[in-house]
Amino acid sequence: MKYYVTRLFRSFLTLMIVITIVFLLMRMMPIEGYFGSGFDKLDAGQIEAKLKNLGLLDPLPVQLKNFYISLLKGDLGQSITYRPKVDNTKILGDKLITSLRFGVASLTLSLIVGLSLGILMARHKGKFWDKFGTCYVVGANAVPAVIYYLLIQVFFTDIFKLPLLFDKSVPKSWILPILCLSLVTTAYYAMWIRRYMVDELNKDYVRLARAKGLKSKEIMIRHVMRNAFVPMAQYLPASILYTVAGSIYVESLFSIPGTGGLLVTVIQRQDNTLVQALVLLYSSIGIVGLMLGDILMSAFDPRIKLSHEGGSR
Amino acid sequence: MTRKKIMNDINDNIDPSLFEFAEYDETKSELTGYSNYSFWKSTFQVFMKNKVAVALLILIVSVVLFTAIQPYLPNQKSPTQIYINPETGLQYRNIRPNDPSVSENFIFGTNSIGQDLWARIWSGTRTSLFIGVSVAIFEAIVGITIGALWGYVRKLDAVITEVYNVWDNIPTTVVLIILTYVMKPSISTIIFAMCMTGWLQMARFVRNLILIIRDREYNLASRCLGTPTSRIITKNLLPYLVSVIMLRMALAIPAAIGNEVFLSYIGMGLPIDIPSLGNLINEGRALMMDPNQRYQLFFPAAVISVVTISFYVIGNVFADSADPRNHV
Repeated sequence: MKYYVTRLFRSFLTLMIVITIVFLLMRMMPIEGYFGSGFDKLDAGQIEAKLKNLGLLDPLPVQLKNFYISLLKGDLGQSITYRPKVDNTKILGDKLITSLRFGVASLTLSLIVGLSLGILMARHKGKFWDKFGTCYVVGANAVPAVIYYLLIQVFFTDIFKLPLLFDKSVPKSWILPILCLSLVTTAYYAMWIRRYMVDELNKDYVRLARAKGLKSKEIMIRHVMRNAFVPMAQYLPASILYTVAGSIYVESLFSIPGTGGLLVTVIQRQDNTLVQALVLLYSSIGIVGLMLGDILMSAFDPRIKLSHEGGSR
Repeated sequence: MTRKKIMNDINDNIDPSLFEFAEYDETKSELTGYSNYSFWKSTFQVFMKNKVAVALLILIVSVVLFTAIQPYLPNQKSPTQIYINPETGLQYRNIRPNDPSVSENFIFGTNSIGQDLWARIWSGTRTSLFIGVSVAIFEAIVGITIGALWGYVRKLDAVITEVYNVWDNIPTTVVLIILTYVMKPSISTIIFAMCMTGWLQMARFVRNLILIIRDREYNLASRCLGTPTSRIITKNLLPYLVSVIMLRMALAIPAAIGNEVFLSYIGMGLPIDIPSLGNLINEGRALMMDPNQRYQLFFPAAVISVVTISFYVIGNVFADSADPRNHV
């Protein structure tokens, strides 16, 4: 219990530090980012009035204080160039749901495929399936993701006559984005479940189970799988939440109206407040995901003492 | 009487050469209980057993050498010059590879404004490799220094661990995006942004290993026998660390190349007048829906795949073979 409290506190502290750093960094941006189109036409007085209106001429500590207060109210400011004068929270709200839908779908797919592939690899260690899986894992980890996303987009739309871009009303258009999203996580799960299972298979209790006369299938499912899954549990919440952030490529490639695609757009259009809001969203997602993962793992396996966690994995 | 005779006999039969100083021969002194084990030799032997890794090593070495000498070869075109058809006065736009209808020969064709793709790809590979290697070296220097301090100096342990926990909790993507968004786009910006997060992993691995190895019995024994610290570091610690350090460095290169592609993709990469693999992929992506223009995407994609997969595989295999536990 004490652990959970300290873990929660640490995450909160991290989040505060990140928010402060992000805020201070954004203040270093050129002021053009707060005006949108027509900046050149404004004279010095108008610029000053606008800046004053936004509270950007106050001393930094005051700005920081105001920023914290508005954050507590759940106010992330208003968009400037993307959809002028619209609250950022409102823009993000709809997008989050779309992203989360894709995230859950792709995670389900990659869990099923990844775990089965990993188990297959562990059972046939050194044989065809192991080699096949290793090639896949190496490819997915080494090559930058956008390259195979682009190749999938080019070839699969031709071969399988699938739509190129996402359209909410066309069910077929969900297939390619979900496939792309799940490729990397599938490799990740396959690699780790294989490694953990191979580790577990060399342990004494497996030998005992075999000596007792249990079938190899039974040993796999009832003993090895369960133990091997414990370390994986740590990454589950993080990967659910990361799909919201990690889909920057896929969402903009297939023009899915989610947060990842939005980030690319607003960076290109220099919408300072919206970039700030998105970065804050992503970092809080990451921090919360890691925290949930640690808590979940300690809940899964009571043997794990996390009193001195950090670094000694 | 007999005793005296015996003593005389002995005295007569003694070989005086036995009582001279022998010449010191290092190899002979170590004949007993000393194997001719050499860390680097064993590493090399284990590495050479993996045929795939050796093939990739040869491939990547030739690619790197080629990118280095390519500009000095005869008949190479400039990666940034826009080529103009002398007959029509127009730019050579989107000329397909080895197009026979064009008098000039473009090996990989040209891009949408008439620049030579062949020269651009090698120039881009140079840029990307430079970024990757710089990031890897910086990561190694900072990571090893901080990791060693973290592991050795007990007082620092708690402090650095706290800093690490906070820093490691921030998603890498966020750091990359925010730093490149705030700073001016350039090679140094990109390298700086990647270095900000990259060293963390290295420091953690080095720290953990030093923590484990430092107080092992064999190190204690070495210290008691008066082995100098430099020898303890080079002979007792370094062989264990080489594996991890090389792995992290080898993986840092494909990761840096991937990050560069990512940053270019979201519009935070290098300025377009500097050819880089990320910029080339972006140019190719813009034209990929036209089947005739897809070569502009495929050529850079192929080069990236070859480079990243090679570094990834070589790094992993080398790490395995540099691990003293895998030596005979």
